Amino acid sequence: MGLEVTSHLHPVGSFDLSDHPVPTGREEVWRFTPLKRLKGLHDGAALTGDGIDLKVEAPEGVNVARVDVADSGRGRSGFVPTDRVSARVWDATTGVFTVDVPADTELAEPVVVSLTGQGGDEAVAGQLLVTVGSHSSATVVARFQGSATFADNVEFVVGDGARLTYVTIQDWDDDAVHHSTQRAVVGRDASLKHVAVTFGGDVVRHDVTATYDGSGGSVEMLGLYFADAGQHIEHRLFVDHNEPKTSSNVLYKGALQGQGAHTVWIGNVLIRKEAEGIETYEENRNLVLSDGCQADSVPNLEIETGEIEGAGHASATARFDDEQLFYLRSRGVGEKEARRLVVHGFFTDLIRKIGVPEIEESLTSTVEAELAKNVLEGVF
Amino acid sequence: MTTLEIKDLQVSVATDDGAKEILKGVTLTIKDGETHAIMGPNGSGKSTLAYSVAGHPKYDVTGGSVTLDGEDVLAMSVDERARAGLFLAMQYPVEVPGVSVSNFLRTAKTALDGEAPKLRTWVKDVNAALEQLNLDPTFGTRNVNEGFSGGEKKRHEIAQLELLNPKMAILDETDSGLDIDALKVVSAGVNRFREQEGKGVLLITHYTRILRYIEPDFVHVFVDGRIAEQGGPELADALEAEGYDKYIKASIGG
Ligand SMILES: Nc1ncnc2c1ncn2[C@@H]1O[C@H](COP(=O)(O)OP(=O)(O)OP(=O)(O)O)[C@@H](O)[C@H]1O
Ligand SMILES: [Mg+2]
Repeated sequence: MGLEVTSHLHPVGSFDLSDHPVPTGREEVWRFTPLKRLKGLHDGAALTGDGIDLKVEAPEGVNVARVDVADSGRGRSGFVPTDRVSARVWDATTGVFTVDVPADTELAEPVVVSLTGQGGDEAVAGQLLVTVGSHSSATVVARFQGSATFADNVEFVVGDGARLTYVTIQDWDDDAVHHSTQRAVVGRDASLKHVAVTFGGDVVRHDVTATYDGSGGSVEMLGLYFADAGQHIEHRLFVDHNEPKTSSNVLYKGALQGQGAHTVWIGNVLIRKEAEGIETYEENRNLVLSDGCQADSVPNLEIETGEIEGAGHASATARFDDEQLFYLRSRGVGEKEARRLVVHGFFTDLIRKIGVPEIEESLTSTVEAELAKNVLEGVF
Repeated sequence: MTTLEIKDLQVSVATDDGAKEILKGVTLTIKDGETHAIMGPNGSGKSTLAYSVAGHPKYDVTGGSVTLDGEDVLAMSVDERARAGLFLAMQYPVEVPGVSVSNFLRTAKTALDGEAPKLRTWVKDVNAALEQLNLDPTFGTRNVNEGFSGGEKKRHEIAQLELLNPKMAILDETDSGLDIDALKVVSAGVNRFREQEGKGVLLITHYTRILRYIEPDFVHVFVDGRIAEQGGPELADALEAEGYDKYIKASIGG
């Protein structure tokens, strides 16, 4: 049957799975995704697997638990499935993993959730609900590794005046499939920093929506991805400015190398009629390191009011800059080292913005490792 | 002893209409202790000469040779040329986003020496070099050439010349875009470099004013991809008075 969708910036959701037909790949929101490689997540693959091992490190002051769906408060972010995968996850799951920070609490350390795929045949579904009470501040890190076919729904509820930094790191094995649907609601004068880092996996597709509940909220979305040969990494971002005086800032940077490396970045921003005085900027930059790669980058701004502070976007995909390499090499720096420096430099400003020291350090070395694996091997 | 020998160098660039010949046979020998000035009008091929010697991939060498102490420079990669002792201060230094000046300098020094410089003396050296060129100590934390003023870019090139201390330096219009104070600071840096034993300088310029601060031993007039005349410092004075007109006419006529 299907839902009547006038614009993909005004998606209509439904909890009823029968409202979500199996996508064909011709739909606007699916046209970049290699459906055949989703291992049936979008279709009918059973989501009954339990092949993901979960470890949590939590500082004092936060409540972390697995809660039955009925008692979980899921949906508090305004989450309503708008595609078949998230509807299936909603349907199939019996529990929700909740990370709850009470009001007026400052977490001294990040909450770190490590999920390790055990390589089972059956697809796994998961739900995560992060709530941060008013005037609290917290950092939550989700780290994915190992091998799995995994679909999850993730919700963030950031209370008035609260601050949440969420970092998701996809360090999957080469054969993993990860589809994630995420929705955040950001309270009055609250802020959310959402950071997505993706290195591993065969297909990784993240669909992240941020909305506001009250004026003055701010959303920062940062992303770093590195696609190797054959990898498909897709980020679909949607900032829904539904409240006045809110702000959003999106910066995603990616590097691609190797035959068939494919990245997709969709940056949707909607400025609703009531969202006066808002400010938004979104930017995506891709660095193509070898032949045979494809970087799709689609910024999309829909403005329903002229009364705004500012709205802009930028998108660029570039190859290695020969002039930069020449400059470095003319100072005696060897070719590989020069390439390493340039890629490093490309990601540096982004890594510095993350603001979680432990993550910044490990990211710098992960970028090193990715480069060592490929750039230094002389793909060129 | 250091000698850079350029013999009958012919260079072309690829254009949409096929290869375009720019250098039409340049012969020039620079020995250590010597400073050669190359002067010529816009578009005569001065930067092409500099870039070709440094190995920029855009330029195709179609004939002739370049050797440094007998070694075939044209057979070397760009970084090998630098490690052999060549240095090019660029007319338009390139921005390298996200790479700090201090990281860049340390990486270059390490590559040239084959080992990392001793941290303490190196930091001192870098600070001294920046200070001598009137560059703020926080300069080291800025990204290479990103947001630098025209003058800062040129002073940064000369700071590199002093820190990396090559045998043979090619300075491509290092004077252009500098006010008189910056010109003096930059010239002093070049003079400190060439006062050392065993250093040669090829100074490319459009104007004679830098030659008041860096006195050349030889002056070459460069027109239409060739050296049209050579002489001593007095040739620069003649150019100052008369300009390039007579050479340009001669080249069109011939
Ligand atoms: N890609 C190219 N296609 C066509 N012509 C080119 C190309 N690159 C350089 N040239 C030409 O080569 C000639 C020499 O250029 P070059 O930059 O070496 O001159 P120059 O003497 O350094 O000039 P200036 O004083 O302006 O710095 C110029 O006529 C220039 O237009
Ligand atoms: Mg020039």
